[in-house]
Order: sequence, then structure tokens, then C-alpha cells
Amino acid sequence: MKPLTIFEKIWNNHVVEAVSGQPTLLYIDLHYVIEVTSPQALASLKQRDVKVRRPDKTFAVCDHAIPTLGLTEPFAYHPANIQVRELRKNASHYGFKLFDIGTKNHGIIHVIGPETGLTQPGKTIVCGDSHTATHGAFGAYAFGIGTSEIAMVFASQTILQEKPKTMEIRSIGTLPKGVTAKDLILEIIFRNGINGGKGYIFEYTGEVIEKMTMEERMTVCNMSIEAGAKAGIIAPDQATFKYIKNRLYAPKGKAFNQAVKKWSQLSTDPGAKYDNELIINTAEMEPRITYGTNPGMSVRISEKIPKATLFNTQDEQKAFLTALNYMQFHEDQKLEGLKIQNVFIGSCTNNRLSDLRAAAAIIQNHHLAKNVKGIIVPGSVQIKKQAEAEGMAEIFIRAGFEWRHPGCSTCLAMNNETMPTNEYTIGTFNRNYANRQGKNAKILLASPIMAAAAAITGEVYDVRKLL
Amino acid sequence: MKKLKKIQGKALPLMLNNIDTDQIMPGKYLVWITNQGYDQVLFENLRYNPDGSINQNFPLNNPEYQGAKILISGNGFGSGSSREHAVWALMQYGFQAVIAPSFHDIFKNNAASNGLLLISLEQNLVEHLADMVSKSPKTEFVIDIPKQEIEINNQNWHSFEISPFLKEKFLNGLDDVNYVLSKEKAIQKWEELHD
Repeated sequence: MKPLTIFEKIWNNHVVEAVSGQPTLLYIDLHYVIEVTSPQALASLKQRDVKVRRPDKTFAVCDHAIPTLGLTEPFAYHPANIQVRELRKNASHYGFKLFDIGTKNHGIIHVIGPETGLTQPGKTIVCGDSHTATHGAFGAYAFGIGTSEIAMVFASQTILQEKPKTMEIRSIGTLPKGVTAKDLILEIIFRNGINGGKGYIFEYTGEVIEKMTMEERMTVCNMSIEAGAKAGIIAPDQATFKYIKNRLYAPKGKAFNQAVKKWSQLSTDPGAKYDNELIINTAEMEPRITYGTNPGMSVRISEKIPKATLFNTQDEQKAFLTALNYMQFHEDQKLEGLKIQNVFIGSCTNNRLSDLRAAAAIIQNHHLAKNVKGIIVPGSVQIKKQAEAEGMAEIFIRAGFEWRHPGCSTCLAMNNETMPTNEYTIGTFNRNYANRQGKNAKILLASPIMAAAAAITGEVYDVRKLL
Repeated sequence: MKKLKKIQGKALPLMLNNIDTDQIMPGKYLVWITNQGYDQVLFENLRYNPDGSINQNFPLNNPEYQGAKILISGNGFGSGSSREHAVWALMQYGFQAVIAPSFHDIFKNNAASNGLLLISLEQNLVEHLADMVSKSPKTEFVIDIPKQEIEINNQNWHSFEISPFLKEKFLNGLDDVNYVLSKEKAIQKWEELHD
């Protein structure tokens, strides 16, 4: 038999119809739904008088539009009320599960999907959100889709997709002290460029990935889209099975053992061919930080912002200088020591327990530096509760941080939660696009510990000096 | 989606690399729950200065390009957020096609769902086009989908690639949801075997 990659195995298992020269009709095991991108899709179903075909495979949550400061309804930001009401109405009308605000499993979809055990190896998972790539950490084929595609999945539990090419991204060595999963994915995006992953699914392999916790793997897969790849995937192993065991929607007892047997076959066969590969030797890595207006524009903390002459084409040089102008940086500038005004620790990339624990270890016994504002947004109600039980919330609050409710918050800033104009924010976000987090908000992407170090020093600071 | 055979009109040059969907349609309008009205907010942060005044240097505000049906742009168009609103905004403004060196994957699917034609051409060809329309904004284009040909001022200029499936979709205005619903038997069969 021809050796196959894990992706090809999952793909082949889900082909409903394949006609040469056409996109494949692919079965979807799990449809995650959010309040922002679903109303128009369900309006389209209503117009056609079509039902949601498999409400039992459809799970919804409000995470994008809702406030993270106060959960009393109606929310002060009125449009959020409309979207929440719409999703509640749709969930009850079409009969799919909604993890409602204020209930124990509420949170960001890419946090609670794994947390409830819904996300499992071998599944095809879609959601109207580009960071759906996160779930690939469990050996699932998971990708973000648009509203018309959401309508397709609601109506038929299938989707038309072109088969992506595969790229192996092998990370070898050991991550040096102070270098995290976030730094690794920023390095990968830097090396690939933000266009390098177009048309591909990334499979992350190598000893660095194998040694990672599930939460670290989620951070890596989450940002696959920032390199242009709709999906990233990691073969499931004992760490995956252990994570899933006993969770709400995980198979139980004998069924779990049978599932593990099946999941264990989901790895890339020796000799399977990828269409492309990238090898990262992590030994030389340092914490990374972005200086520009896309996630590919990052440097090692000890490096300076490059000069325009580093870029080959006039177009690239122009884009580089436009980004520097937006950020109010100049060529050859050192970032270390730059005064920052805000720190944000949150987002589906970096708001899980291990992220908060790592940040709390740095922040403990310190206070936010003078004139620095700090925000922490945990990923789910469960994480919030646990962080409070462990005393982390107290560390953050005593340091002067706002300790908020779970949600996407200023990471996409679609409601009134934005970062201030013309101020620097170091954040654990996944994107740093111009004007995304607020008009002229200047965003520097980094790991939770780099953000924590900046919070207590008031500047871009090499966290390794604190470890 | 509507049937589309031919796109006829002017082109507007927006030669920036990596235009992400946040730039095309800012996140704060994601609160709307219908798919209408996004033409008003297309490229909002580029169209207007931070003080709210009109950015006269932005091509969308140049009267010579009013009514343009084709957008010419830089490499890596449509990165980032999966928001289909970006495609709605472009189409509601009047664009029927985007020509660029490359497009991002989710954006591509969203464009195909709505009937926005994406044409990938080599970087130097796209730059040539952008130069041409910068110098002569009145340049008339015809994009002939059946012939897969771009005509400029009534002359054949260059061919373009489109998959046979997508071509049929444009020419017949095929609807995605109806298409997948027509596969009910195959879907049932898959579920019997796997579910």
C-alpha cells in the first residue's frame, strides 16, 4: 500500500464524492458555530426552507462580539445583544447545542472545543473563523470557512474543498530557555512568509513538537493561518489521548480504548511524501517579537529591525516601509528597551492555563510598571475558575491587571474593546494588522512570558534575564 | 449566485502587498447580521484619514476610477480572517473581478461562493496593468470568461486560468448549497458506512 500522510488518511476517510477536475465533496464531523459568521448562513437556509442536517454534530458559542468586562445583559454595547439573541434563537430553532454565556463550559470556541473533548483525532472540523486551525493539534483536519461554506455545512454536513498540498515542518533540537511555542510558530511564519503556506496544510513534526504539551501544540497549530495555511496538524500520541480522556464528550470506558486504538493509526507512514518541507533547528532560537503589521514581520529579541535593503523587490520594500511608518519605527531600530503602554494576555493562541501560569510566575510579587495598562482574558470559564483557585487571578489583580471574562476581546476588537490609538501594546494576539485592534493601535506580538516581562518593566524586555 | 459571462469596464489599481480581510472590511462591522451594506465600509481605514476626512490619495476616492469593475492589487490578497464580508464589500461596491499575483485560500473560496472572479497573473503582468491604468484610468477592459481572455481597448491582451468547475459555476450561476443538497444520496451512503 502507498504510504500516506496523516492528512491524506483523514481526507480519504471523509470523501463523499470525488470527481476528477472538481473540488472534492468532503464530510464534516464537527461544525463549530459562532455568533458572528452564522446569522447570514442560517438566513440563507431559512430562505430555502432547509433544516440543519445534523444538529447533533453542530456546537455553538458566543465568543467574538460579547464583552469581557461585564456579563450582565443587556450588554452596554448593543449590537452584541442582537448577535447573541440571534444565535440563541437559531440554536433553539434548529436544535443544536449552545454553550451559553455564564454556563460552565462557556469560552472561546478554540479553547472549549478541546476542553469539552469534542475535538478528537481523525475528525474533520470546520468553523467560520480562521483560527479553527487550532484543533489540528489533536490530529484533526480543522480549517476556517466563510459564511457560504457554513451554509453548505449546515444544510448538508459536507463541504466542497480543493485538496491542499502537504508541507512537513520539522522542528529539531530543544527549545532554549525562555523560548516558547509562540516563538516557534512566529519563527515558522517568519521563515515561510505570510504567503508561504497558501495551498498547503502544515504537518508539524519533530522532537520539539513531540515533547510539547497539548496546550503548546494548540498555540502552534492556531497560527498556521498566519503563514497562509488554512490548517496545521500534529499526529496524536499519548499526550493527546491523556488530554482527551474523561472529558465531557470523550468516549468513555471500553469505547475510549477502542478509540485510542483507532487514533493510534493516525500518523504519517514511513516513506510518505510531502509536497514541501521546512526544517527548523531550534537550538539557536530566541524569544521573538513582531515590529510590523503582519505576523511574518518579527525579529529575535536581540536583533534590530532590518533595513529595507534586506528585501528583494521594490514592492516588498514599500510594504516594509509602510508598516514601519504605521508602527512609528525606523530601519535598524532596536526593539529592546522600547517603552510600551499596554499589555494584553489572552486570545485563542495564548489564553490557556499554562499560558497564564507562565505569565503569573513572572508577574508574581511585581506590579505593572508605571503608566502601563494590563489586561488578562482567560480562554474559558473553566480556565478562569481554575486560575482563581490557584491564586493566579489574585497575582494579576494585585499587580494591577484587569482580570476579565473569557472572549475574543481586543484581539479582533469587533465590539468596543479596542487598544488605544497611537499606543504600543505588547500582546499574545495572533495578528498585528494595521488598525485591527483599534485605530492606529500599534501591536507587538509575543509570548505570554515576554508580555509579562514587558508588563512589569514597562518596556520590550528580554524575558530570559528574568528566568 | 448570478450568472457571469463577461466583465466590461474600467480597472482600479491598488498596488499594496498583503491586503488582509481586516483592511478590506474592518472588524467592527462584523456585528451586522445581514449581508448588505458593506460597500459603505469597504477599505474604510484606507479610504479615510484618521480624522475622518477623505484620503484623496486613495484610488477609490479618485473620480477617474469611479465605476471601476476590476481591482488590480498586490501579492497575497485576502489574507487573515475568514470573514466573507470582505467579498460582499468588494462586490457591493461594484467590483466583479480582482487581478493579483496570488490570493489566500479562505478568501478564494468565499469569492467563488459569491461569483467574484479572481485572476492570478504573474507579478510583472500585474504591475504592467497597474502602470497602464495609473496612466490611463479610462482604459477599457473586457474579461471574457468563456474564452478565458482579458481584452484591453478591444485588443486581446492575455489569457487567464480558471478551473472547468469554477468556469461552469460562473457561466451557469451555480449555487453551492443547491449543489451539495443534490448529493443527498451520496451523503447518506457515507453516513451509513462511517457514522
